[in-house]
Amino acid sequence: MIVGEQKPFEQIVKLIERYRRVLVAGCGTCVSVCFAGGEKEAGILASMLRLEAQKNGRPLEVLEQTVKRQCDMEFLEEMTTKVGQVDAVLSIACGCGIQFMAERFQDKIILPGLNTKFIGVTLEQGEWAERCAMCGDCILDRTGGVCPVARCAKRLHNGPCGGSSGGKCEVGKDRDCGWALIVQRLQKLGELERYAEIIPPRNWTTSRDGGQRKVVREDLKEQGRIEPR
Amino acid sequence: MTEAAAAKKAPKPAAEKTPPPPVVGPVSGLEKLIQSGGFAVTAELGPPKGLDLEAIHKKVGILKGWVDAANVTDNQTAVVRVSSIATAAIMVQQGLEPVMQMVARDRNRIAIQSDMLGATALGIRNVLCLSGDHQTFGSEPGAANVYDVDSIQMLGILKGMRDDAKFAGGTDVEGGRPPLFLGAAWSPDADPAEVRTLRLAKKVRAGAQFVQTQCIFDLAQFKLEMKKAGDMGLLDKLAVLPGIIPLKSAGMAKFMRKNVAGISIPEDVVKRMEGNKDGKEEGTKIAVETIQAVREIPGVRGVHIMAIEWESKVADIVSRAGLKKGPGA
Repeated sequence: MIVGEQKPFEQIVKLIERYRRVLVAGCGTCVSVCFAGGEKEAGILASMLRLEAQKNGRPLEVLEQTVKRQCDMEFLEEMTTKVGQVDAVLSIACGCGIQFMAERFQDKIILPGLNTKFIGVTLEQGEWAERCAMCGDCILDRTGGVCPVARCAKRLHNGPCGGSSGGKCEVGKDRDCGWALIVQRLQKLGELERYAEIIPPRNWTTSRDGGQRKVVREDLKEQGRIEPR
Repeated sequence: MTEAAAAKKAPKPAAEKTPPPPVVGPVSGLEKLIQSGGFAVTAELGPPKGLDLEAIHKKVGILKGWVDAANVTDNQTAVVRVSSIATAAIMVQQGLEPVMQMVARDRNRIAIQSDMLGATALGIRNVLCLSGDHQTFGSEPGAANVYDVDSIQMLGILKGMRDDAKFAGGTDVEGGRPPLFLGAAWSPDADPAEVRTLRLAKKVRAGAQFVQTQCIFDLAQFKLEMKKAGDMGLLDKLAVLPGIIPLKSAGMAKFMRKNVAGISIPEDVVKRMEGNKDGKEEGTKIAVETIQAVREIPGVRGVHIMAIEWESKVADIVSRAGLKKGPGA
């Protein structure tokens, strides 16, 4: 999922201080799962903003609404009424949701209330970690199912570097060395000989280096618009 | 129509291109010495953090004659310094052969290849391919890192330019190939232990002709890794120059053991350092003894002395180790 983290409250207060009526817009998918931008978080944030404004004698009206996904126009439609009632929308969806909101409501100020962190997994309650860097050409078959692009601080394809120590990365001892994990896993699988293969320079055009990316499925397009599940 | 567009529209008839002549080694003094069976001594020269060219001249003066070549670090520890290319070019002018370090952190493959052509045009022949210290440790922690390729892929690219007259993207190197002696780093004590020699083998296959190692204190462990490398057939094609760091104090030994990845310092070395009030003298003695010991290990073709900001020590170590270098040798 996409893991996000709400911006510090003081920053959010600064972002909205020019506006009198604000809609806090939550998103019910990824950022809801990681407790950063879902319905509950939208409610808490809206209450905090009301309290803060009240405390400082600032007139502020805060509406709130959470839709299933801000990255789908169908769901954004549901927000039309409330968006029409405010000066600005504070979206706590990921960067995609925030931008799609701006695309849908062209004449409305859309503000980001959340920092989109990475594509990751839930390690345990309250802890998420990155796993995929979206390079666009998966090589996990060659690296024992551990991604060197996302999990090596230098995205080395023939690692580890000299900074690997006791299985940890030199950038932070709280982080595993991706290559130590790769070696460990290849060994467990009895495939350490795969390590000997040199992974050649990558073609990064499938990554952000190739310009803005798009996936087009003509087979689906022919069937017309897909109804959201 | 622009000139470029016009050129594209009317392709010239494909002329038969003769590839540039192959590079026949040795291309540098260091390669020549190693090929002829000599024992090479290299040291390290860190460029200054500003235009203090006198600092470069001074270090050149201290090292010249005592070493066969000196590594020029490439913004080591990710701190901004005079570029390794410019410093190496100054060294060429001043008669001290450089081993130009090049890190993958700051350059994509376009810059790597272009800089390498530029470096060879300036008379630089030895290059050491490294991944580079992570930028978060340095003076520009907010910088983006590049890592388009890693050090092994970099070796392969440079080898391709030299041996096949091809750039990474498949186009031809025209007119002349870069005459390069290709080097890499090796950490025989680094984690994970399972792949120490396997990774060395990858470097050799990618194109490394020599490696300089992380500093060696644990001789038994180093011998073991060298034996493994020998058994894998790596040492026929590769010159290994173990790294030597003269310790200055027991504190330095303990600090390095605790904080520097890939360095193993046995307890008896620390004890020796603690036992002598003159830490610098004891450190020098250990360095000299280590040089004499590694010299006996098959496959060791020289040493790489890293006297960090203590370049003046190199001559002393070299002469005490009986390496027959020095002015007039």
